This record gives sequence, structure tokens and C-alpha cells, in this order.
Amino acid sequence: MPTQNRRDFFKTAAFIGASAASISSLPIKAATPEKLSENRMGVLVDTTVCIGCRNCEWACKEAHNLKTDSLNTYSDRSVLDKKRRPDEYALTVVNEYSNPKNQLLPTDVKVQCMHCDEPACVSACIVGAFTKHENGAVTWDSDKCIGCRYCMIACPFQVPAFEYSKALEPKIMKCDFCFDRTKEGKLPACVEICPAEALTYGKREDLIKIAHDRIKKQPDRYFNHVLGEHEVGGTSWLYLAGQDFAKLDFPVLGEAPAPGVTESIQHGIFAYFIPPIALYALLGGVMWLNKKKNKSEDEL
Amino acid sequence: MDFLMRPTPINKKFITPGVIILILLAINGLVFLATRFIFGLGATTNLCNQHPWGIWIAIDVATGVALAAGGFTSAALGHIIHRERYHVILRPALLTAMLGYTFVAIGVFVDLGRYYSIWHPLIMWNGTSPLFEVGICVMIYATVLYIEFLPIVTEKFIGKVKWKGILSKPIDSFLRFLDRGLGKTMFIFIIAGVVLSTLHQSSLGTLMVIAGPKMHPLWQTPILPLLFLFSAIAVGFPMIIFESLLASRSLGLKMEMDILSRLAKRVAPLLGIYLAVKLIDMVIRGTYIYLTEINVQSVMFVIEIVIGIIIPLRMLFSEQVLKSPLWLFVSASFVVAGVFINRINCFLVAYSAPYALDSYFPSVGEISVTVGFIAILVLIYRAFVMFFPIISLPDRRLTQKTKYSIMGGEK
Repeated sequence: MPTQNRRDFFKTAAFIGASAASISSLPIKAATPEKLSENRMGVLVDTTVCIGCRNCEWACKEAHNLKTDSLNTYSDRSVLDKKRRPDEYALTVVNEYSNPKNQLLPTDVKVQCMHCDEPACVSACIVGAFTKHENGAVTWDSDKCIGCRYCMIACPFQVPAFEYSKALEPKIMKCDFCFDRTKEGKLPACVEICPAEALTYGKREDLIKIAHDRIKKQPDRYFNHVLGEHEVGGTSWLYLAGQDFAKLDFPVLGEAPAPGVTESIQHGIFAYFIPPIALYALLGGVMWLNKKKNKSEDEL
Repeated sequence: MDFLMRPTPINKKFITPGVIILILLAINGLVFLATRFIFGLGATTNLCNQHPWGIWIAIDVATGVALAAGGFTSAALGHIIHRERYHVILRPALLTAMLGYTFVAIGVFVDLGRYYSIWHPLIMWNGTSPLFEVGICVMIYATVLYIEFLPIVTEKFIGKVKWKGILSKPIDSFLRFLDRGLGKTMFIFIIAGVVLSTLHQSSLGTLMVIAGPKMHPLWQTPILPLLFLFSAIAVGFPMIIFESLLASRSLGLKMEMDILSRLAKRVAPLLGIYLAVKLIDMVIRGTYIYLTEINVQSVMFVIEIVIGIIIPLRMLFSEQVLKSPLWLFVSASFVVAGVFINRINCFLVAYSAPYALDSYFPSVGEISVTVGFIAILVLIYRAFVMFFPIISLPDRRLTQKTKYSIMGGEK
């Protein structure tokens, strides 16, 4: 009785389909690979203190074996006339913006990788070449990278740079939070050299307290927002400023972690591989039934 | 009297003026390709830190995968829903898909900064990455396509291995063994092919979701994977129509209008679903407000919808269009162009680099390589249909069995 079989089949198929749908629609939160350490470190950048001496740029290049002129040349402030971005030649740069509160005292903003708590690069990388470490640093592994540049698409701050000029072994270049230095107990190179103490290195949760403290003590000096406290789920690097961050070229970002939606979709499609397997079974069933139908028509 | 259709190698001259032009384009592309490998991506492309992906990803990979969708949609129709009459289009569609995916893989290879590490995803897994899923699915699906193509190879060579010496006999029996084994297990691969296709066609859309606010709201939506899947399903048959009309014209064959217009009839509902989902999504997210601004994004979005969906949708409702090879070709071309524009929009136009000083436009080198790859693909297609039994021609030795005259006609 082929009709009976078919009805049974559709019942089964509907059941499989429904259960697959219900599983895939479960709200699955974006998973961070490892649980975030409560002792993870961070840096608080107080842009109202920064004098734009660019010593951090030099120290960074020295620490990462990048080509650089001597420290003296960095006193040339004409570099600040143009807005720059971190790239494959400089992992951090300082940009200067006019200060509406005091025209004589421009605002200088150091830019580098923010070391997100839920990094888009870590989630997106096809081979898992990025790692979020216990101390907060997000680093890149040369031995895994295949150079697809998806991290650059994913990064909400548009930080990773790629060595386009190299035909062999091009690297993804970005601030690594001086991972090798901090392992030895040293400060990140930029923090160590900063003469104005615009950069404070410490436990992230302490830094957030310090930041809010400063805002509270000098509400006229600061714009009431700690950038990085909640943006895209929080970042290790935190910023204080005297004006709206959007005017300082920071991207306007929500509080949801950047990889959240993507990971929910991925987990939905691949919930224990049930949806693909259910689809396979469904198609197999349809094929079998149709073949059977055809055969019985052949016999007519 | 109708003759039964049978896949046959096409006996025609390979070289024509058109073929010579294609060969020149291919050589030009390969020259620029050489500069990419000698001097690096920076020397050949207009890519930069603000625009990490260019047309090699948007066209060679994303559009390539979408336009090779004819492979799985026809397999679903011909093998799984089991409509016998469509079997004549299965082999050409399979060939397109196989060559398409091969060139997708080559496109990725060329675009990778460290192309020699392309095998890394096989052992270095990252389950949260949609790119990882796309990579693995494409790899497995390409293999499945090669397996699906194998019976055509065995059919070509069985009983025709004419090497001297003792080798010819074992090879022939190996081919026969392969043919029998594949015949019994092929359904496994056919279903796997359809499942793998739905997975990576949709995940290709998931790719750009993580770009978040960097992607223009007209395209940035959590249901991007669904839209990619629906558009891929919708473009599958038009692509088959497009290429078989083109191939018939180029090879001087009779156009299979009966099958093609039946196929075209199925396109309108698929396009309609795609359009409906796209518009509903737009209304729910309220992104139509961006259409009031006149800029590259809003203009490209309107072009994509009007040329790629609305015009062909209207055309395919007309009986005259379905019956005329020219108009059928035009409407199929619109659908193909629409998906082409959509993929370029999603990967390039919608992606606004936050700190870009200038916008991205592909370099001469990038365009040359992309055009060169398409030229090589067409040349290989031509060579394959001349060598292997792929395109079905009426066979004078086989006459129609009576059952078709009784059962013929869908309704």
C-alpha cells in the first residue's frame, strides 16, 4: 500500500523537520572560546593627558622589530596634520583633533588594537589563528594564518593590517599588547615610555573604576563615557576623552559582541549536526518515494 | 517520429574566431596572475587595509558559487524529485557546477595571502567561523561533483581502452567495476551534494553578517544566509537556461525549448519567494528609509531588485517569453545578472570601510585575472562537451518507448 507508506513518511518527515527547527531556533549565546579571566589586564588611555609626543609609536616599533627612524625625528609634529591608521608598518599611531574647550590644547588619540573581550577576529578566523589570552591580549599566530583577510572584514575597529607588498609569508599585523614583554613581567612598550602618563596599565576592572573616578572628580574635563567599557561586549583598552568619541573618529558601536549574531546562526545551522542530517534524511526519503512511484508507474 | 535523447560528444571544430578571443583573454589573465605570485597581492590588486576583499572574492568566489547552483537545483529536480524529462539538462548542469567549483577553489587560492597554506582548514578547525564552514563544504562538495562526473568518464572509456600490451584489460575491468559501484551508490553522493549546497550557499551569506555596521543596512540582516540560499536556488535554472541556449547557439545545435521553457516556468515562484523575503525583511527592519537617500548604495540596491528580480519575474509570466529562445535568454540573463550584482553589492558596494580615503575599484590586473578565469572555464566547457558525452542529442538508434506517449505531459 504505497499511499499508507507515504503518509507515514510525511509524518516522520514533519516530525524530523519540526524537531530540527525547534532546536535551531534555540537562543544560543555567542560562546567565547575560554571563560574570560577576571584578572585580565587593560590599558586606560586618557586622551586629555596625551601630549602627542608619539614616543609610543617609536617604542612600539622598537619592541616589534619594525623599521623606524631615531626617536628624535618623532618630535616633528607635522605628521599629525594628517589622520593615520595603524598599518603593517606601525601597529600604533597617534592622531590629533581640535579641542572645542581649548583651541591651544589639541586632543591626541593613540590608536591600536582594542583587544576585545569577545573578539570578532577570534570568532571569524577560518583556522583559529587568533587567540584571546588570559591576560586580555588578542594575538595572531603566524603558523596557522592562510592570509584570507577575513579578520579585517570582521574587526569592528578596522585594525588588522596585511602585508600586501609581500609575495611570500605576508603577515597580519596588529598590536599584540606586547604579549612577549608582559609575559616577562615588563610593561607594554608604549605604556613604559609614555612621559605624560596618559597610559595606565592595570587590571581591567580597576581601570574602569579609576576611569569613572576621574570623570566624577572632574566632570568638566571629561565627556561622561568610558569607551571600551561596554562597546562590542567590552575591550581591554579603555578611553577617556574631553569630547564626544565620534568626533575623534571612533566607530559608533553597540554593546552586543561583534560575533554574536554570526555565532547564533552558525550554532543554529549546526546544532549537533541535526539540521543537516535531518535534511539528508528528508531528501533521501523524497528520492526513495519518487523512485518507487516511478517504478510502479512503469509497471502499469 | 521522435527519437530518444542520448548524451553524445559534439563533433564540431574546436577553434572558431570566438575561441581565439577567449584564448587571448585567458593568456592575458595568466600574465597578470603571474605578477600576483611574483610580486604579491599589493602589486597586482587595488586591495588595501580598508578594502581587504575585492572582485576575486566577490566575483570569482561568491558569484561563482551562486552561479554554479544549477548543479544542485537540477540534481534535486532530476534525481530527488525524479522528473525523468529533465535528465537531459543534468549533465550540462553538472559540468558547469564542477568547473564552477573548481574555479572557485582556484579563485580562493589566488586571493589567499598564503596560498600554499590553503590546506590548513583541513586540520585547523574553527567551528565559530562561517568561512571555515564554507571552506570545508566547498571542498567536500567539489569532491562530490567529481564523483558525480565519474560515470561520464567511465561511459566514455569503457570498451574503448585500446592500449597495447597487458594493461588495457585490467583498466577496462577497473572502469566497469567503478561504473557498477558508482551506479549503486550514486544516490548517496547526490543527496550529499544537495545538503552540502544548501549549507554553504547560505553560509556564504553569513560571512558578511559579522561585518556588522560596516555593511550598509540595506543588505546587513541576520537573514542574509536565507537570502543567499533563496537567490542561489532561484538562479540555478536561469543559469542552466542561459548556458544551454548559449551552448546550442555556439555549437549549432537545436535548442531544447520544450525542456527549457518548462524549467523557466519553475523560476517565477522561486524568484517570487526570494523577492518576498527580501522585501518583508526590508519592511521589518525599516531599511526602506535608506532608499530616500541617493547614493551608490541605494542606486545599486534598486538596480539589483529591478533588473535582477522584478523585470525577469514579469517576463517569466508571459507565455510568449517562455516560447521564444531570444526572450527566454534575455529573461534568464536578467536573473543571472541580478544575482551577480547582488553578490557584488553584498561583498563590495555594501561594505563601507570606516577609515577609507578612497573607494575600491578593481585594478586592471584583478579584472584581467577574473576575465581570464571565465574565458578558461568556457574553453574547458567547450572541450569537455566535445570529448565527453554530456549534451543530449536525438539518437536515431533509439526510438521513443510507448510509455512516454501514455505518461507524457505533466498534467
